Amino acid sequence: MATETSRKLTMARAISEAIDLEMAADSRVFVMGEDVGPYGGIFGSTTGLFTKYGPNRVIDTPISESAFIGAAAGAAAEGLRPIVELMFVDFFGVAMDQIYNHLAKNHYMSGGSVSHPLVLMTAMGAGYNDAAQHSQTLYGLFAHVPGLKVVVPSNAYDAKGLMIQSIRDPNPVMYFFHKGLLGLGWMPSDDRAVVTVPEESYTIPLGRANIVRDGTDVTIVTIGAMVHRAVEAAEIAAVKGISVEVVDLRTLVPLDTGTILSSLKKTHRLVIVDEDYLSFGMSGEIAAIAAEQALEYLEAPVRRVAVPNVPIPYSRPLEQAVIPSTPRILDAVTYVTEF
Amino acid sequence: MDSKQAVFMYEQMLLIRRYEDQMAQIYTEGKSPLFSIAAGPVPGEMHLAAGQEPVAVGIGIHLRNDDAVTAPHRPHHIAIAKGVDLNRMTAEIFGRVDGLSHGKGGHMHLFDPQVHFSCSGIVGAGFPPALGAALAMKRQGSDRVAVAFAGEGAANQGTFHESLNLASLWKLPVVFIIEDNHYAISVPKSESTAVSRNSERAAAYNIPGVYIRDNDVVAIYEAGKEAIDRARRGDGPSLIEIETTRLYGHFQGDAEAYLAQGEKDEWRHHDPIPRFRDLLLANGWLDSATDQDIQTRVNARVDEAVGFARKSPEPMPEDALTDVFAETGKEAI
Repeated sequence: MATETSRKLTMARAISEAIDLEMAADSRVFVMGEDVGPYGGIFGSTTGLFTKYGPNRVIDTPISESAFIGAAAGAAAEGLRPIVELMFVDFFGVAMDQIYNHLAKNHYMSGGSVSHPLVLMTAMGAGYNDAAQHSQTLYGLFAHVPGLKVVVPSNAYDAKGLMIQSIRDPNPVMYFFHKGLLGLGWMPSDDRAVVTVPEESYTIPLGRANIVRDGTDVTIVTIGAMVHRAVEAAEIAAVKGISVEVVDLRTLVPLDTGTILSSLKKTHRLVIVDEDYLSFGMSGEIAAIAAEQALEYLEAPVRRVAVPNVPIPYSRPLEQAVIPSTPRILDAVTYVTEF
Repeated sequence: MDSKQAVFMYEQMLLIRRYEDQMAQIYTEGKSPLFSIAAGPVPGEMHLAAGQEPVAVGIGIHLRNDDAVTAPHRPHHIAIAKGVDLNRMTAEIFGRVDGLSHGKGGHMHLFDPQVHFSCSGIVGAGFPPALGAALAMKRQGSDRVAVAFAGEGAANQGTFHESLNLASLWKLPVVFIIEDNHYAISVPKSESTAVSRNSERAAAYNIPGVYIRDNDVVAIYEAGKEAIDRARRGDGPSLIEIETTRLYGHFQGDAEAYLAQGEKDEWRHHDPIPRFRDLLLANGWLDSATDQDIQTRVNARVDEAVGFARKSPEPMPEDALTDVFAETGKEAI
């Protein structure tokens, strides 16, 4: 048993294990989506579930996203707990009406009498040259619309605990996994996401950020794969004598404003790192919170490191130029420190 | 159809008509001399369904409280036939605290989970949730069914085709009802749809498709019974398209300049309610004294609902900030 307590898992395995545990515990939970059955999910998030639970609880769908996402809403309203995968977040446009006009609004529009407890999970992120329609993060788009919870894990431990919590949440939860964190054999994957994961069921509350690295000089607020770039930057900065605190938000909705503010009150400097587009997104939201609620603590302008306002390009040097990198983060850290 | 059912359906049709006529009146309150959609006790868009009563009633008669229904932006007739609480529905349309959604939904967003009724203001959006309700019912091993109502304009939405395919593929207990009222707002069916009857599209999804002409409540009753029985037995989905008439405009304030001259008069002269009354009288299922009693009862019922709504207070502004999320352990279901 001692070896099992230090068992390390990839994020893909952690996600499928979380779903497995909840399916075993709750007969209302089922999975549907494209290639979630025998294939096990294009990104491995449902590996092994079809074999264990069969086609009645792990349902392959046609490429009819409006129908199966809307059906999940209807099934949830009738008492089931669907987990729906839509392969890439970039594909949500075809089903957006069911998400932002129905899933997100029905609880409110019904005065609280209808709820849609379901998880909509999807892959996001760049780093393997899949270009503009398969590389976005877009979590800011969903966080913008009231009524959707938005979860973005950065490592296997969080992925499992957040998934179990998401399945149990009485609301629609958008669960984003970064393709470059999953531990897939066929694309680059960040080893930092492979961490010790307990075998048993556990939850991580939605709306609680994680301080992944303590520091006193600069706060980096970030999420998803960028957590690891931020930690790398913090490690290099430490050599130069700059102490960087890295806050992994883990969820955008609910947002742990308290942890952001208390970190700022300690460090007085803020860098936001976001793999989403720069404008009108997470980085602007965090900067606004700092300006509204912690301006008197800031000793330097806020710096944002995000994707400039261009689609994600294909070619390797072009893609690498727009995705936030460790050197760009380090530049921002240096700027706010020397200001 | 026995006499008791027929008289019940007749009364429901009258209730819907009275309700829509009253709503048309009330909607004008506060909107003259200058018409403003935002003014008066009932603001916002108002889509009335007078003339479409046979659709709602001929299908609704076969449904139980625990069957699910999704309706479109023109929902009152379907809601009434499904047994939605009329007082709370009316209060919702007035935007009052005793409304189904305490004033957060309005006339296009009526939700009554007690009778598994919901609607949406987005054309074609009701097909997928009905599919999902049917999926839940099948998984739960019940004999409940789901019915999605939508206009003929919605049959050109992707959701219609995606949902028919999936319903057939998964053999779900769902019935799709298309209300062909001839116009998608102003665009006639012939200008929008490549087939003259959407029911023909059922063949593409390997399910039964029936077209019912002439707003015929008896034929709707028969077709509805067959489709709903079939779904309840576990034999899968059906599509029924029903020719009906929209006696008011698309919404209140619609000048209806797109209608041919005399088209509306023709519809009014062919009103389904007097036709059904004549049938009941001819069959000896109704006499004029009973008819009078029904009229009185229906008028009183609508008056009661409107009175309930008018008496209900307006919501407090701060209530706008609640109900975005369900609290854990307080799921609606």
